[in-house]
Amino acid sequence: MTESRVLPRKDLIAVLIFAALILLVLPLALEPFRLNLVGKYLTYGFVGLGLVLCWGDAGILSLGQGIFFGLGGYCMAMFLKLEASTPEATKIQSTPGIPDFMDWNQLTALPWFWRPFHSLAFTIAAVPLVPALLAFVIGLAMFKRRVGGTYFAIITQAIAAILTILIIGQQGYTGGVNGITDLRTLLGWDIRTDHAKLVLYFVSGGLLIACLLAAQLVRRSKLGRILVAMREREDRVRFSGYDVANFKIFVFCVAAALAGIGGAMFTLQVGFMSPSFVGIVPSIELVIFAAVGGRTSLLGALYGTLLVNWAKTTFSEDLPQLWLFAMGALFIAVVVAFPNGLAGLVQDSLAPVLARLRPQRAELRPTAPTVVDAAEQGGVR
Amino acid sequence: MFMGYSFGDLGSILAMQGFAGLVLFSVFVLMALGLAIIFGQMGVINMAHGEFMILGAYVTYLCSRLFAAYLPGAFAFYFFLAIILAFCASGLLGMAVEWALIRHLYKRPLDTLLATWGLSLILQQVYRSVFGAREVGVELPGWMMGSTHLSEQIEIPINGLIVMALTTLITLAVYLLIFRAGWGRQVRAVTQNRAMASAVGIDTERVDRLTYGLGCGIAGIAGSAFTMIGSTSPTAGQLYIVDTFLVVVFGGAQSLIGTIASAFTISQARSTMEFFLSGSMAQVLVLLSVVGILMLRPQGLFVLKVRR
Amino acid sequence: MTEPADFLLAVEGLTVSFDGFKAVDDLSFYVDANEIRVIIGPNGAGKTTVLDLICGRTRASAGSVRFRGRELTQLKEHQIVQAGVGRKFQTPSIYEDLTVFENLEISFPRGRSVFGALAFRRDAPVRERVREVASLIFLEPLLGERAEALSHGQKQWLEIGMLLIQDPALLMLDEPVAGMSVSERRKTAELLRRVLRDRAVLVIEHDMGFVEDIAHRVTVLHQGRVLSEGSMQHVKSDPKVVEVYLGH
Repeated sequence: MTESRVLPRKDLIAVLIFAALILLVLPLALEPFRLNLVGKYLTYGFVGLGLVLCWGDAGILSLGQGIFFGLGGYCMAMFLKLEASTPEATKIQSTPGIPDFMDWNQLTALPWFWRPFHSLAFTIAAVPLVPALLAFVIGLAMFKRRVGGTYFAIITQAIAAILTILIIGQQGYTGGVNGITDLRTLLGWDIRTDHAKLVLYFVSGGLLIACLLAAQLVRRSKLGRILVAMREREDRVRFSGYDVANFKIFVFCVAAALAGIGGAMFTLQVGFMSPSFVGIVPSIELVIFAAVGGRTSLLGALYGTLLVNWAKTTFSEDLPQLWLFAMGALFIAVVVAFPNGLAGLVQDSLAPVLARLRPQRAELRPTAPTVVDAAEQGGVR
Repeated sequence: MFMGYSFGDLGSILAMQGFAGLVLFSVFVLMALGLAIIFGQMGVINMAHGEFMILGAYVTYLCSRLFAAYLPGAFAFYFFLAIILAFCASGLLGMAVEWALIRHLYKRPLDTLLATWGLSLILQQVYRSVFGAREVGVELPGWMMGSTHLSEQIEIPINGLIVMALTTLITLAVYLLIFRAGWGRQVRAVTQNRAMASAVGIDTERVDRLTYGLGCGIAGIAGSAFTMIGSTSPTAGQLYIVDTFLVVVFGGAQSLIGTIASAFTISQARSTMEFFLSGSMAQVLVLLSVVGILMLRPQGLFVLKVRR
Repeated sequence: MTEPADFLLAVEGLTVSFDGFKAVDDLSFYVDANEIRVIIGPNGAGKTTVLDLICGRTRASAGSVRFRGRELTQLKEHQIVQAGVGRKFQTPSIYEDLTVFENLEISFPRGRSVFGALAFRRDAPVRERVREVASLIFLEPLLGERAEALSHGQKQWLEIGMLLIQDPALLMLDEPVAGMSVSERRKTAELLRRVLRDRAVLVIEHDMGFVEDIAHRVTVLHQGRVLSEGSMQHVKSDPKVVEVYLGH
């Protein structure tokens, strides 16, 4: 209870196992094409971390994480696109030096909000900050007025819809429905080669583990416990002298920044960004990944993201019609029967075994309503 | 942007855009009514609402094909049967879903949202497997096509009039059932205090199932009406779900008048702006203003003041 | 008559209406420092609403609440808490998924801003204070347990402990012994007498034996207004009070 270590040994071992898996085992076991796919899945993992903090701990369900993933991704894509659109490379255009899609849409000058993205430093800062800023504005408006729960979910979903329509509609500024494509180099380094993809995979994996550790530190701090306390008894927290809205805004911004980093890594590894990663459907899918893995477990959400995506790729290669059935069924099953996802299952089946091996006090685990609740409810009614 | 139009022209354009808005309004109201019952009265978020609507649309499509093939003589009137069948199909499916899924989740509203989303994925794939991924259109009987002329310049399409009449009828029925008869009181009692409601002799399971079925059934009717103004595809429902939720939330989830007023505001604003701006920008502006207003006034336009 | 500023808490002309129904109607009363004041009254008299109004959970339609001379009606809930007003709810309101220790720790008045909470360290003063309060509320052996596992009475004590650790100058308790067993009730009375010494307390309670036990003065509310006020003896013999409680 009065743990002096920053992270308890059990958590540290779990993180090390995960790190070994993605930084050692998978790169050795998989061919480059598959490994690049895993790299893509890992970028969704960033969003999963944010969702565990925001949804699992604090109980704030955002159906708009695609917005932040997309914003981060677009920031990175704008930088890469500008680098690819040198006057020499675009000299056949009527206005050389601007991205090709702008030229096709009769723009003759770079729009003002594109200009700062000539700078890599600005871009790297913008990747987490632009999403966090939008989250701050939304959070400020909603949480200060005590809007939460289902209303918050619906509003974030509406914002995701608005942003998608906006990006598709303003194709001269955004590349429209195709998105920003044909990205080539990062400071002159070709990101399309197999070697570059391998390097980016490791960067992405390393960054993910860094973010995982940071998220664990947040959860271990008093702030982490306040988030759980808020989910359970918001009024009690308020009457213990905390400004609840500030904590919600903070965790929503952190989740947005994490999603933004994921989006930027996605753009780098996949080589384009499009509105199909912004809207309602991808936003909900991101929630599904976290829910399947376990909304209250950081590592659970990461494993869940990897597994669901691996399943999605396998299914859609072999049995595309079955994929939506499987995903829908999986989702219903998780929500109705296993609200704590894979992590909950593992905990329920492994924890007793471990406890028998080495007697020790059960660790605190912040859990959502359990399966028993649902069963009881069914029985009572 | 007004160049080249005379005042008379502008007036007619406004009237016709206004009428187009009224038809959109009617479909919005039909969709929102079902959702207002399920979300406003029961507190359940039904993300599969669009798919229930599309089920109604496919039932109507099947009806038109069957009548055309086997009962061409009665084709002129198939639509009325189609509406009833659409209501029954969506309603029964809704009751089945309530039994299998929703009743386990009344204490966890956010989870109903996720579970019904899973349901919507499954339904979409079912539609795709059965009816194909391509859009299908419904053939209307002759008397429902064409338009009447109010003046030389103003044309009113007949199917639009039918949609509006249908909407008025359903709204009236819902009003009587939920807000005038005791049914709505029972629904609210169950939502607010399940144990108490059952203690005073309300069959809570029956109330839940029938209410959910009713909401879904009305979505089916909305789908039936929808076939007259748009074509049906497996994913068409998803396009409307956000708009519909905003309509319900914007109006104040518990108020029927609020739902109608907000459906009216949103549809009129959109169709009027669509004439001056591109369709997508009109939609963005309308949605943005709705979200903005909701941030300032989260309880919606019409709401009762109660002690928290 | 003393100036209002001399009172710890001065409630004047307090009014709130819900859709035209005045739950609290032009209510005035004053609480001294170190006074134990009990509010009694029939159901629906507006007792809980008065506490809600003082702690900012409900906004007043009119009137003022001054605490140490500072107006509370314009402050937010957490600001009122930080000014020194603690509130216990009617049903135990604790964090069931956290341990007893963590429940108390969250209420410890330090690191209340977002970044303060991030930087918060569980140092010796925190641990000592948590232990001290835990022993006061009979929960020291249970510090490592999840709060979910506590009995109803223990949960009530835990919530009282969560308030004590804040060391408020005014403590408001809404039916602190409701639903407790006889022995728990006795222990609670003992606990309250011990901890109430250095602060003013505003208690809502139905248990008359308990009220008689602890109250310095009693305020009787009826239909949102003060019906009678004074010592328990005075209130008990007031014919208006007898009428409301026994009449009809």
